[in-house]
Amino acid sequence: MVTAVKVSKTWREIPQRYRLEANKCNNCGKIFFPPRLICSNCKSRDFAPIKLPKEGKIYSFTIIRTPSSEFKDYSPFAIAIIELDNGVKLMSQVVDCDFNDLEIGTRVKLVFRKIQEDGSSGIIAYGYKCVLVKS
Amino acid sequence: MRDVAIIGVGITKFGELWGKSLRDIFVESALRAIDNCGVKKIEAMYVGNFSGGLFVGQEHLGSLLADYLGYAPIPAIRVEAACAAGALALKQAFLDVASGFSDIVLAGGVEKMTDIDTGEATYGLAAAGDREYEAFQGVTFPGLYALIARRHMYEYGTTREQLAKVAVKNHKNGAKNPYAQFPFEVTIEQVLNSTVIADPLRLLDCSPISDGAASVVLCPAERAKEFTNKPVKIIGVGHATDTIALADRENITTSKATVEAGKQAYKMAGVRPEDIDVAEVHDCFTIAEICAMEDLGFVKKGEGGKAVEEGLTEIGGKIPINPSGGLKSKGHPVGATGIAQVVEVVTQLRGEAGERQVRNAKIGLTHNLGGSGGSVIVHILEAI
Repeated sequence: MVTAVKVSKTWREIPQRYRLEANKCNNCGKIFFPPRLICSNCKSRDFAPIKLPKEGKIYSFTIIRTPSSEFKDYSPFAIAIIELDNGVKLMSQVVDCDFNDLEIGTRVKLVFRKIQEDGSSGIIAYGYKCVLVKS
Repeated sequence: MRDVAIIGVGITKFGELWGKSLRDIFVESALRAIDNCGVKKIEAMYVGNFSGGLFVGQEHLGSLLADYLGYAPIPAIRVEAACAAGALALKQAFLDVASGFSDIVLAGGVEKMTDIDTGEATYGLAAAGDREYEAFQGVTFPGLYALIARRHMYEYGTTREQLAKVAVKNHKNGAKNPYAQFPFEVTIEQVLNSTVIADPLRLLDCSPISDGAASVVLCPAERAKEFTNKPVKIIGVGHATDTIALADRENITTSKATVEAGKQAYKMAGVRPEDIDVAEVHDCFTIAEICAMEDLGFVKKGEGGKAVEEGLTEIGGKIPINPSGGLKSKGHPVGATGIAQVVEVVTQLRGEAGERQVRNAKIGLTHNLGGSGGSVIVHILEAI
């Protein structure tokens, strides 16, 4: 079966999953995560590499109670679309929290965590999840 | 382009069809469509299928199904656009006939999803989203629609009860559909007390995992009366794409692909939303029906929930939606769904829908959406 965690693809995604590397269109300023070769907004191919900010707020969220097979040991868990402080949105789990504290607009920050693993003897994939920012 | 008509339709029972294989159900639906119009030969066929590879380990479906239908060596094309694969098959078949390249063409859709368990099926369905940036994080399809629902409730005040009313209405319709997977009624209380899948969505907000197939036969409109006295013309076709990653969209409560495909189809058909007598829209989750009604222009943005609550979308209402029971009650064998919607609208326009007939239906619309909105295909049909 094709699984989500394989060596080459896990290695290939490291710049985004470990370091939040994105790119920004030098013509119109639109930011892409993951980076792209052509801007969907203005069709420019001139980009500068940037790193995403680590803080933002919850745009929408849910609690996954019926997970896909590779996440069954983690259920239930919270997933949110996070709107980062530069306006870029991304999908991330929200961890180390009481589900009752989650609301649209709640401040969060991205942290480095284990995401999933390829069975009991395969590789472990790491990446970003987010936690609540304590005010 | 030539005018194109649908002359024959066929569908299988939707459900957990453990005794039947993917090829069995496809051929069953195709033979029904062929018998429905009495054509003696098929010149080409298009098959919509989302993931034979992940669900049953079978690809190369064009040839397999042409062979089992007994029509090899005709050209057979399998097309894929996630859950919109079925409508894509119809669009490609339409172009084949409209262009003058072929005369008699079959468009079918099929999915066999119950040979694997729910976890594996959930993994397979996640292939319709962005594997590396959505599924990798653990979000499921109910999860993606839960995110849309939560945001819709936040922006427009849509209520949990309004979502439930979509399921209640669709089950009420599906109870009158002999092909439906779940042909029974449910109450608001049952929806609101069903198991939580991804908050705020519960089990009875979700379409099921299903097996099923549906087929239609097309020909040039000028030849349609040779085969049937109730042909239905395809008067509008719209097809648009959007980001497949939900988080990449500026606003997740509007499907830009639905808005765009709807505009294209209305323009080609020369009709407006208020001219549509009956619609089958893609209610993979209750919130999806509310968004689709708004994005297709049946109601103003944000007023979908209220419209459902007021009964406007019931069979006797101002704009009847999903008289078949929709994906919710009829079932959602993903690749078959787009064609199944067309089978229902044709049945309605022919006046053959029995207990679930919409009165005086002359113009109908189908809206088939792939993934969380990465692909949308809209067809507008008219009785001739």
